[in-house]
Amino acid sequence: MTDFPGAPDLNAPRKGLRVLAAMSGGVDSAVAAARAAEAGHDVTGVHLALSANPQSFRTGARGCCTIEDSRDARRAADVIGIPFYCWDLAERFREDVVEDFVAEYEAGRTPNPCLRCNEKIKFAALLDKALALGFDAVCTGHYATVLVNEDGTRELHRASDMAKDQSYVLGVLDDRQLAHAMFPLGDTVTTKDEIRAEAERRGLAVAKKPDSHDICFIADGDTRGFLAKRLGKADGDIVDETGAKVGTHEGAYGFTIGQRKGLRIGHPAPDGKPRYVLDISPVNNTVTVGPVEALDVAALTAIRPRWCGAAPQGPGTYTAQLRAHGGETEVTAELVGDELRVSFAEPVRGVAPGQAIVLYDGTRVVGSATIATTERARAAQAARSA
Amino acid sequence: MAYLDHAATTPMLPEAVQAMTAQLALTGNASSLHAAGRRARRTVEEARESLAAALGARPSEVVFTAGGTEADNLAVKGLYWARRAADPARTRVLTSPVEHHAVLDAVDWLATHEGATVEYLPVDAHGRVHPDALREAIAREPGDVALATVMWANNEIGTVMPVRELAAAAAEFGVPLHSDAVQAFGQLDVGFAGSGLAAMTVSGHKIGGPYGIGALLLGRQYAPVPLLHGGGQERHVRSGTLDVPAVAAFAVAGELAAARRADFAREVGALRDELIAGVRAAVPDAVLGGDPDPAGRLPANAHFSFPGCEGDSLLLLLDARGIECSTGSACTAGVAQPSHVVLATGTDADLARGTLRFSLGHTSTAADVAAVVDAIGPVVERARTAGLS
Repeated sequence: MTDFPGAPDLNAPRKGLRVLAAMSGGVDSAVAAARAAEAGHDVTGVHLALSANPQSFRTGARGCCTIEDSRDARRAADVIGIPFYCWDLAERFREDVVEDFVAEYEAGRTPNPCLRCNEKIKFAALLDKALALGFDAVCTGHYATVLVNEDGTRELHRASDMAKDQSYVLGVLDDRQLAHAMFPLGDTVTTKDEIRAEAERRGLAVAKKPDSHDICFIADGDTRGFLAKRLGKADGDIVDETGAKVGTHEGAYGFTIGQRKGLRIGHPAPDGKPRYVLDISPVNNTVTVGPVEALDVAALTAIRPRWCGAAPQGPGTYTAQLRAHGGETEVTAELVGDELRVSFAEPVRGVAPGQAIVLYDGTRVVGSATIATTERARAAQAARSA
Repeated sequence: MAYLDHAATTPMLPEAVQAMTAQLALTGNASSLHAAGRRARRTVEEARESLAAALGARPSEVVFTAGGTEADNLAVKGLYWARRAADPARTRVLTSPVEHHAVLDAVDWLATHEGATVEYLPVDAHGRVHPDALREAIAREPGDVALATVMWANNEIGTVMPVRELAAAAAEFGVPLHSDAVQAFGQLDVGFAGSGLAAMTVSGHKIGGPYGIGALLLGRQYAPVPLLHGGGQERHVRSGTLDVPAVAAFAVAGELAAARRADFAREVGALRDELIAGVRAAVPDAVLGGDPDPAGRLPANAHFSFPGCEGDSLLLLLDARGIECSTGSACTAGVAQPSHVVLATGTDADLARGTLRFSLGHTSTAADVAAVVDAIGPVVERARTAGLS
């Protein structure tokens, strides 16, 4: 990333910043751009073309990169009265998000491509280009709050409305990225209905557009099918905790830790209880399943930490979020070298390497890291009792 | 504001607006037999005569269409179908790689759906087709050529083709040559009779007429298979109720374009030369696209590639300064792609990403040129900082 010029005070009442609004064609980013323009900023809309072969029309409620979405974004920009362009970041997106997604699954991990997109595309490739072209900030429709301290430093906080909060997928932003990020939706308590009503009031046709879900580059929502196309079939065994074969699969990459459905194990477990994916081993192409209790995780290590502000010194107590729509959990965390070591006050379930852990101090985002290894509660117990 | 995108569309001439609005208030289908119909028909036929005169053609050679794209499609597909119907061996279509998409995509469709074999004639570094290249391509197997189509002047880089020589080469073998003269009309002498062409496309909104109207100049011996079937208007080649107001206004604009052409070309050519000199002085490594000889390019066209710049960055920065121009290339899903024209001239793919087309017109002023010359240096510098994404 290039060095950023002096960070403007984005939340001060000062007006007239040059703002580049990323407009997906959805209602949130349209209202965000409208609010930024209304606040007196000089706003330019940009739709990111992220798919090398865009579909003409949306199919269902998935995806955000069709030509129709681009047109919706353009119409919203017309109504707001701001210039609008479409930028082709498909190649960067393919390299940094899609290929990373495939490689992570191939390695037995569970990536979060939205987070990756924020880190590498929206607040890196797009932000760099925006700053180079003379813009002061990139504005998105994320629900999160930026607070500016008296010394000018910035803090990222959860959205005022916790139900809408998206600070988890922004937890990867560092100081410099945050200094040029604007989230006009985050500092008001707004339900989706209210955002839609506001869009309607502003004459934005996207007011009634369905929300997008899932992964934008997998239009049909079939992640396993997408991976199978990319990685090919790789038949392997599903084994239980003792190593006994209980079934077969067509590619270990198609599984996620904590997954219960779609295991296609013909006969029930001896205890009759459902089985969950406990471990994915890409090396010997094996998926290990077991009872739900075995999913309990007592501790984890995470790599590639990124901090919103200074890196914390020594062990500290935080709340942590482990999934995009997950709840909060109490943790103790300490940075040792480049590795974040986290232990949970209470065991948590379904923690998948590859996902991000975001640490909070109250509503403030402290930082994030990518989960590398987990320590199972049962194993920890066994170790203690041994 | 400095509007320098006249090749995309140019403001309507006041005379054309007047002719059009006057006709909009009147009723009458030009195919009706009563008085109102006769009045409309008379307006259409007078317009046809004016336009024919402006284009050095006979009135019966003017077939009105809904624009340049339709005229191109009618010529390319219609002549292909008719020529192949007369002799099934005729399935080869000769064209250039620098054509407008209205021709390129029509030809490509013939290849995909109608068994055509498309041969792209070589172009030189200025994007020009040499008559010997056409002659050689036909001579290889004269019996299988359905038609040839080569534009009169290029819409992006402004290169003028040797159309009369190309038509003469095609005529040696009895092969019909079509030419898209949408950009040439009003800037070059595009007399149809003297051109030797079988068919020629012109469009209203590029010469100060209205949108949605164009014409195919069509030699009387040619009967292309229609794209549209219906009431049999326009020599049974183009069915559909005639748009009398648009036809009338198109003819007015066409007459004025022809009458003013020499003066316009000289005046706009002088402004264009200033623009080229100014841009080159401000950005010494800017690469002029097309023919550097003013006689070999459209007088209103200036085209540049700026090394290390993304065309859409340049466009955004100029737009923010009130300067409206084009990257010159077609958009796919709103995303500018490197131009097929620029690539066909042998330009490096990275350089082809940083193109800008400035096209002047009847409202252009020295102030417009000065605005570009003032802005281009800092704009290119900033776009270079953003680089190629």
